[in-house]
Amino acid sequence: MSDRTAIKVEGISKSYGAVKALDDINLEISEGEIYGLIGPDGAGKTSLFRVLTTLTLADSGTASVNGRDVVADYQDIRRTIGYMPGHFALYQDLSVEENLNFYATVFGTTVEANYDTIKDIYSQIEMFKTRKARALSGGMKQKLALCCALVHKPEVLFLDEPTTGVDAVSRKEFWVMLKRIKESGVTILVSTPYMDEASMCDRIALILNGRIIDRGTPQEIISRYPDRLYAVRGGNMFRILKILRPLDGVLRCSSFGSECHVAMAQDGPDSSFLLDTLKDSGVEDSSVELVNPGIEDCFIRLS
Amino acid sequence: MKEIFAFIRKEFKHIFRDRRTTLIVLIMPIVQIVLFGFAISTDVHNAVVDIVGDASDPAVQRIIQRIDSNEYLEVGNIYASPAAIDDRLRKGKISAAVCFEQNFDSNLAAGSTAVVRIIADGADPNTAQTVTSYIKGVIQSEQAEITTAMTGGGSVSMRPNVQLMYNPAMNSAYNFVPGVMGLVLMLICSMMTAVSIVREKEQGTLELVLVSPVKPFWIILSKIVPYMVLSIVNFVTTLLLAHFVMGVPVNGSLALLSLVSLVFVGSSLGLGLLVSVISATQQTAMLICGMGLTMPTMMLSGLIFPCESMPMWLQVFSDIIPAKWFIIMVKKIMIQGAGFTSIVKEFCVLLGMMVALLWFSIKKFKTRL
Repeated sequence: MSDRTAIKVEGISKSYGAVKALDDINLEISEGEIYGLIGPDGAGKTSLFRVLTTLTLADSGTASVNGRDVVADYQDIRRTIGYMPGHFALYQDLSVEENLNFYATVFGTTVEANYDTIKDIYSQIEMFKTRKARALSGGMKQKLALCCALVHKPEVLFLDEPTTGVDAVSRKEFWVMLKRIKESGVTILVSTPYMDEASMCDRIALILNGRIIDRGTPQEIISRYPDRLYAVRGGNMFRILKILRPLDGVLRCSSFGSECHVAMAQDGPDSSFLLDTLKDSGVEDSSVELVNPGIEDCFIRLS
Repeated sequence: MKEIFAFIRKEFKHIFRDRRTTLIVLIMPIVQIVLFGFAISTDVHNAVVDIVGDASDPAVQRIIQRIDSNEYLEVGNIYASPAAIDDRLRKGKISAAVCFEQNFDSNLAAGSTAVVRIIADGADPNTAQTVTSYIKGVIQSEQAEITTAMTGGGSVSMRPNVQLMYNPAMNSAYNFVPGVMGLVLMLICSMMTAVSIVREKEQGTLELVLVSPVKPFWIILSKIVPYMVLSIVNFVTTLLLAHFVMGVPVNGSLALLSLVSLVFVGSSLGLGLLVSVISATQQTAMLICGMGLTMPTMMLSGLIFPCESMPMWLQVFSDIIPAKWFIIMVKKIMIQGAGFTSIVKEFCVLLGMMVALLWFSIKKFKTRL
């Protein structure tokens, strides 16, 4: 990571009819970092990507990528960025090799000339190079799309939900690949709806309803979490939620995988209060444990 | 430049890897030209005609002979009374019947009027019209001879001498071939171009291509070129088929015909681009092309119905259909053998349409999403 700014977003707003997709977004992303844009579906992630990749014009505000304005210098930006849209957008009826060669040529280069850039990833799918893209598995499609986005050695890489719809193993592999790409000096802006992936980024911004609700390193965001957080496990989660939610002193209570996370004020009652209440209500098999908050907890608090 | 070739190569792969597209682009034109040329023909061959009347009457005999020797007509049964005719017509056994009155020959000889009635199946007006006019022709020529014989001279009688220029046999292929050529070229250029662009929009590949440094103008060009090439292939095959299989002559200049076709292909590509700009899904594009382009082209370009017999407002509407002008020019060049001077007006109209359509749709094609 260097101190130079790669992507600068100032006051970007964008509406589609009555829907405000982006509402006064401000961001500064440094050169060579992995910056995560974390938020649920419909938060405005794709809209922001489209503004930055010069595909749509913002209603107001300015943005620049490596010092080039997204409106005035859009031709220059298109030459120097790699973009992987949220949906698989390669030609299904072309083979792996043909797709890659096509995108290399379109960006004025060849696969051979930039083989080093993509070697790590391409070597994993090279054995299928004559296979049509439509016949690839989700993970392989994603690798091919990443190769196509990288084949012209971009300065900045825009990855819109690259891990959505991909199995857990492929997701892990993907983040390892991103770390390696980052080491070669590429700035990466990546969006994801999966909160657990936030910790893989150098810095993140939480986005909801077109607004950035928090930003910083994942540790910073977590450290700003003001409340005590308990994980409650038990048999009937729905019942537990129903009992705990209306309690005085419980700030938030939401299901979290197989357990539910209960946020309580630092100076409020402790775990025994929860346990007692549950017992009084007839829930015998529950357990309560103090846990460290994650990004998802921070997100729920802010949303 | 290499970028453009990569685009064009890719486009050809799309076309030839999709069996349906290949079928539409390469087989459909041949099927259409053959269908219109042979099957869907308005020509009448060997129409069976029944005779009602006295078969021993000399004048009747002469006319029967004439009908039988006519290459388009064939004599069926000979009846004494018209009772059976209705049934025969109804069952489609005959196309028409000719009824002679009693004492036909002597009435004719006496100089008074001899009555003959032609009954035809009006359920199929086209055939009925054609067959009755054939029969009328036969009777007229017989009448002319009688008149000539009676007056002793040769100059007194007057009968219309119809001469059909350019298409003496009234071969319907002469009418359909230019029309089908127009239809095929338009379908391939506009529908296929529109669908191929909209497909990229729909699948999101256009998004990626737009993010590349290739300028949108070149993207459009690379979309157009493959379909232009295929149109030229189709133009050549339909022309060869029409000429060598259907026997349609190419009386005019082949170069002029090609030039006219190229301008028409250009205007169709412009239409296709326009459709791709305004439609968001492949279905929409297909619908617009099918309902908005193919239907009017078939109905209003003069391919099936002559423009002259349309109501005024439809005639005005038909003027904005590029295929109409193309078909007029193709007929003039191919069949009449006309030169450039006689198609200047139509050519300018079509050229204007091409320039306007291409300019407008390229301008409308977005650099962004």
